[in-house]
Amino acid sequence: MTTKMNGAKILVESLKKEGVGAVFGYPGGQALPLFDALYGSDLKFYLVRHEQAAAHAADGYARATGKPGVCIATSGPGATNLVTGIATAYMDSIPIVAITGQVKTFMIGNDAFQEADIIGITRPITKHNYLVKDVNDLARTVKEAFHIASTGRPGPVLIDLPSDVQLAETEFHYPHEIQIRGYKPTYCGHPGQIRRAAKMIAESKRPVIYAGGGVILSGAAKELREFAEKINSPLTMTLLGLGAFPADHELSLGMLGMHGTGYANHAVQNCDMLIAIGARFDDRVTGKIDEFAPHAKIIHIDIDPSAISKSVAVDLPIVGDVKCVLSELLKIVHRPHDKEWTDKIVEWKEKHPLNYKRDDKLRPQYVIEQICEATKGDAIIATDVGQHQMWTAQWYKFMRPRELLSSGGLGTMGYGFPAGMGAKVGRPDSQVFVISGDGSFQMNIQELSTAVVNNIQVKIAILNNSYLGMVRQWQEFFYGKRYSHTKLENPDFVKIAEAYGAAGIRIEKKEEVRPAIEKAMHTKNVVVMDFKVEGEENVYPMVPAGKRLDDMIGSMA
Amino acid sequence: MKQTISVLVENHPGVLARISGLFSARGFNIDSLAVGETEDPTVSRMTIVVDGDERTLEQVKKQLNKLIDVITVQDLTKTKFIDRELILIKVGVQNSKDRAQIIEIAETMKANVADLGLHTITIEAVGETSHVENLIELLRQFGIKEIVRTGKIAMEVESKEKTKTTEEEEE
Ligand SMILES: Cc1ncc(C[n+]2csc(CCOP(=O)(O)OP(=O)(O)O)c2C)c(N)n1
Ligand SMILES: [Mg+2]
Repeated sequence: MTTKMNGAKILVESLKKEGVGAVFGYPGGQALPLFDALYGSDLKFYLVRHEQAAAHAADGYARATGKPGVCIATSGPGATNLVTGIATAYMDSIPIVAITGQVKTFMIGNDAFQEADIIGITRPITKHNYLVKDVNDLARTVKEAFHIASTGRPGPVLIDLPSDVQLAETEFHYPHEIQIRGYKPTYCGHPGQIRRAAKMIAESKRPVIYAGGGVILSGAAKELREFAEKINSPLTMTLLGLGAFPADHELSLGMLGMHGTGYANHAVQNCDMLIAIGARFDDRVTGKIDEFAPHAKIIHIDIDPSAISKSVAVDLPIVGDVKCVLSELLKIVHRPHDKEWTDKIVEWKEKHPLNYKRDDKLRPQYVIEQICEATKGDAIIATDVGQHQMWTAQWYKFMRPRELLSSGGLGTMGYGFPAGMGAKVGRPDSQVFVISGDGSFQMNIQELSTAVVNNIQVKIAILNNSYLGMVRQWQEFFYGKRYSHTKLENPDFVKIAEAYGAAGIRIEKKEEVRPAIEKAMHTKNVVVMDFKVEGEENVYPMVPAGKRLDDMIGSMA
Repeated sequence: MKQTISVLVENHPGVLARISGLFSARGFNIDSLAVGETEDPTVSRMTIVVDGDERTLEQVKKQLNKLIDVITVQDLTKTKFIDRELILIKVGVQNSKDRAQIIEIAETMKANVADLGLHTITIEAVGETSHVENLIELLRQFGIKEIVRTGKIAMEVESKEKTKTTEEEEE
């Protein structure tokens, strides 16, 4: 006979059964039993300084390792502080399991102290969520939560656990198998559709592969590469797709979309066959939607049926896991290699290269190039949101999947640093750089404490332009340079780093860039590099919102 | 275009909120929604009438299917089905001539007098939407005071053709 345990202990044991390697969180009244169970347990727990960071760290952990990340918060304000992180994970289909304390079951609905209807609040931003009212349902719920979070199109799942359920006792049995009758994600594509796709591809003259985050989520980078090489098709990636295909490959076009490369956007606008793989035709990617890839037949491979023909009508959908569909397709697809199209691509690459002014000034793009060189492209890069994010996507050569962590769908400032911490915890042997902006970094700057105390040695590069640069750029282009509330007066980031016990380096000249990066890499501490870059540098090329993809404001015009 | 969708869902709290939340968040229009327990007490059936173009309706079905608490989604418009709704109509009565006429209309339309008052008559009717709407039109001249409708419920019935669920369609 098994002995009885309380709900809190059952939760901890269930997390162990799921092989959870790290938990990020913050305690509070309605999570006291849970934290008591964590005390002395062998689950590795990281105390953040704001619950939002716990959710982002769980997300970064998941993106870097491929395993679901876990975060815990108390009820009410603790739970609502997780919301931005959950929404970020939801938009990018990242598996996390968020656990929140809740007021006692009989108090729910009474506006009790620190009560928030977190189930209601997170319903539209979770793949699924649970309020557990009976301790006997708890172990199965945890099992289901991990299953749902990490299979099909992944996403965040929240478990809300009232404190009396945390204290209630029952026998612990962790289920081996679960049956969820309403959840049966499709795994392999329909063979007929795959055959039709092979035929369409064989007949195409000017194919382009458009690969998104789904390729990485599905672990299909190898299959993607074989596929692109086999049909000799140029390949462009979304922000979340970067790393799915090596940046230095001759078929790589880099990123497409609003700040994509000129050659990627031209290729898409001129192709006669667009093969979308694990991508969802986001408006930042397509530009003016009815003139997106106007000459192309579109094949769309995606595990989520609702992603098909949501914004762009596709000619041939294949619903299924990318890895599986590509493996099947690889067995039958052939396409005669012709030089005309690849020559055209080379011509565009020569005509519209990515560019910036290589003078003596300290330019942000240069910093990213130097980080890429110094790390030999072998690092995990977490970004925040803004110009620095787009420059990272353009100038860092991502060679492998799971090495770029960036909030694509929600565009959450404050994501980068805690996500980088989560990644470092999940992959301690990797070099982790956070490329942030002076605005974004201040949104979760308090996590310097978490990083230092737990010795999570991330290296933070602030591309400090003293502006909310991306917004300033829009004001420059579209609002007559009326810089309304985008100029930042910043604190001394070096002193702040030092006050927290981290190392701080200020970089004001171009020649100081590389030595500073090298020094940061060899410093056995959290390092904050404050790069005082050109203030009014812009991200080029740029497709203004709602314009056609090849209607770009050129580079350095 | 109106479509009738029949959705089997887990019978537990919060499911209705999930479904209605999905409709409002994605800007889908619900014409009517009726919910009730099925022969299996752990399962409820929702009959939803939605209005929208082909693409919107496709999205509605796919998004519904994505919800973990949704067990099956059936597009009844693509099958042979019957539908019914229950309606209560309260009509004003000026004089005894009106009263006689209203009762006569009710009888011819196979509706019942549910309540007879001094100033109003309440008629109850069950039938297809077109039927109850006809009744409303016939009674309008007397001055309708109040209408309450259950919303449509629908059920697939025997047919020689093979029926399809949306899940199969995806293939
Ligand atoms: C939480 C949040 N608030 C506001 C925005 C809108 N926004 C997008 S980019 C940006 C500026 C970011 O400034 P900074 O971090 O300094 O990066 P830069 O663009 O200067 O590189 C803002 C305010 C956002 N994306 N996220
Ligand atoms: Mg800035």
